Amino acid sequence: MSLISKVKRFLRIETKPTKDDEEDKPTESKITGASTTEKIKKPVNLEDVGASKQEVEKVAEENAKPRIGYIHLSGCTGDGMALTENYDILAELLTNMVDIVYGQTLVDVWDMPEMDLALVEGSVCLQDEHSMHELQEVREKAKLVCAFGSCAANGCFTRYARGGQQARPDHESFLPIGDLIDVDLAIPGCPPSPEIIAKTVVALIQEDMDYLQPMIDLAATTEGCGCDLQKYIVNNALCTGCGTCAMACQTRAVTMVEGRPAFNSDRCIKCGICRIQCPRSWWPEERIKEDLGL
Amino acid sequence: MVLGTSKQIVSARATDKQIQAVSQDGGIVTGLLSFALDEKIIEGAVVAGPGEELWKPKPMVAMSADEIIAAAGTKYTFSPNVMMLKKAVRQYGIEKLGTVAIPCQTMGIRKMQSYPFGVRFLADKLKLLVGIYCMENFPFASLETFINEKLGLSTDLVEKMDIGKGKLWIYTQDETFSLPLKETHGYEQAGCNICKDYVAELADVSTGSVGSPDGWSTVITRTDDGDTIFQQAVDAGIFEIKDIDSVKPGLPLLEKLAKSKADKGAKESERRRELGLPVPW
Repeated sequence: MSLISKVKRFLRIETKPTKDDEEDKPTESKITGASTTEKIKKPVNLEDVGASKQEVEKVAEENAKPRIGYIHLSGCTGDGMALTENYDILAELLTNMVDIVYGQTLVDVWDMPEMDLALVEGSVCLQDEHSMHELQEVREKAKLVCAFGSCAANGCFTRYARGGQQARPDHESFLPIGDLIDVDLAIPGCPPSPEIIAKTVVALIQEDMDYLQPMIDLAATTEGCGCDLQKYIVNNALCTGCGTCAMACQTRAVTMVEGRPAFNSDRCIKCGICRIQCPRSWWPEERIKEDLGL
Repeated sequence: MVLGTSKQIVSARATDKQIQAVSQDGGIVTGLLSFALDEKIIEGAVVAGPGEELWKPKPMVAMSADEIIAAAGTKYTFSPNVMMLKKAVRQYGIEKLGTVAIPCQTMGIRKMQSYPFGVRFLADKLKLLVGIYCMENFPFASLETFINEKLGLSTDLVEKMDIGKGKLWIYTQDETFSLPLKETHGYEQAGCNICKDYVAELADVSTGSVGSPDGWSTVITRTDDGDTIFQQAVDAGIFEIKDIDSVKPGLPLLEKLAKSKADKGAKESERRRELGLPVPW
């Protein structure tokens, strides 16, 4: 089994077979965990099929492991830790699927190299010259910039920052990175779940743009709050009282009262997850049906 | 297809007399969840249990067949079951979870499974999602309006509520009352009006009374797992089944209602879009 299919099996995101290869359909059961058939892909030697040397090199280059950087701004490292919670696939992911080329504590590199993808954790402090510079540099050096976690995506907890604290009382203004640079995709969450991180990485490696579309769309907004539920869902006659927001809230700030979300602003960390998980905020019907085999 | 993807569609009812006595129709949800629990396919299920006030349900984690049976029967107001899924996994330590959900809840759950942005280690714990057909849902105050104002009854006296044959039926211990559905129109929550899913198209197994005779339910199995569990339950004698083509009113009625909800939902979405309001589809 290829690495990618191992990872996909771990994530239960085996792609639905097309009509043509219906017979190869893996019949793994969620109940028994048993798999009866396995799709085998034969490697094709390109030179055997008459490809030129240049073409072979091009394919090799295209299949090179993506070069990923991890940039840590004003965040708590929780997002990076969530990545490492993919215990079962982490070693393979880091060894064989991606190259981590830059990152404090991860890689012994002083100058920021060119990267295919930069995961930026944390918001950026306007008064911190080093962070501001690093953020600008990321935009220049990375093909794709991902706001990794809610602090980078929409400010999250750091929205409450107001300075006046040691060791740097002057550090008072923290902004989501999208307010300063163009962001290509966002993975909000405080922290994002280990599963969504793994699914996103797999989708990036496979260039599965359909799966990534919501992350691309989410990069367009740098706002998030529990009050979004009232403002964007209830006020727009969209709420059905299903309870998904209350389930998704990572700080138990959302409860359901008379079939509508009630949110406790003292508990809310402005991660935005309640609205993002709401089935009425955006609806990925095709992908869901594909994932379910429907 | 207007009824969504399906593996099999049959008319069925639970054979257990205790379930028949308390169930809304064929006792499919109660029978299937308790079967799954007994067979250890699931370790617990989130169901709409009794709340502090009569007819105001509250999501609860049922860990035994008795608790599932105690939650039997349809409640025509909110029970945000999805909210309890995380609690069931975190606080009850359930690794294999079942639940019952109306279509909008099914959508919240499935979106969380495909895109678990902020939801950790829950997506893969859900082993059985039983969906129920749903035309609309009512705020509790709407139910009070029907029962207290329009029918002049006390909510405390109501033993069972049902919607069918164009009417809302209210059963007390010794009397039956009914209200034509046109009297209930406009009292449903507004969020229902853009919904296009009548038959819980994303559930593992969907069920509801429409299409089957009184005391029976129409069952649609959709996913491989849902089909397997339902078939195991039939083989174990939990359910008796009838060919859906052999019963009245049968599939045409179910298809008609599913299509009418899909059309109405699409039309309302369009109307709102023209007003410049946000809609998810």
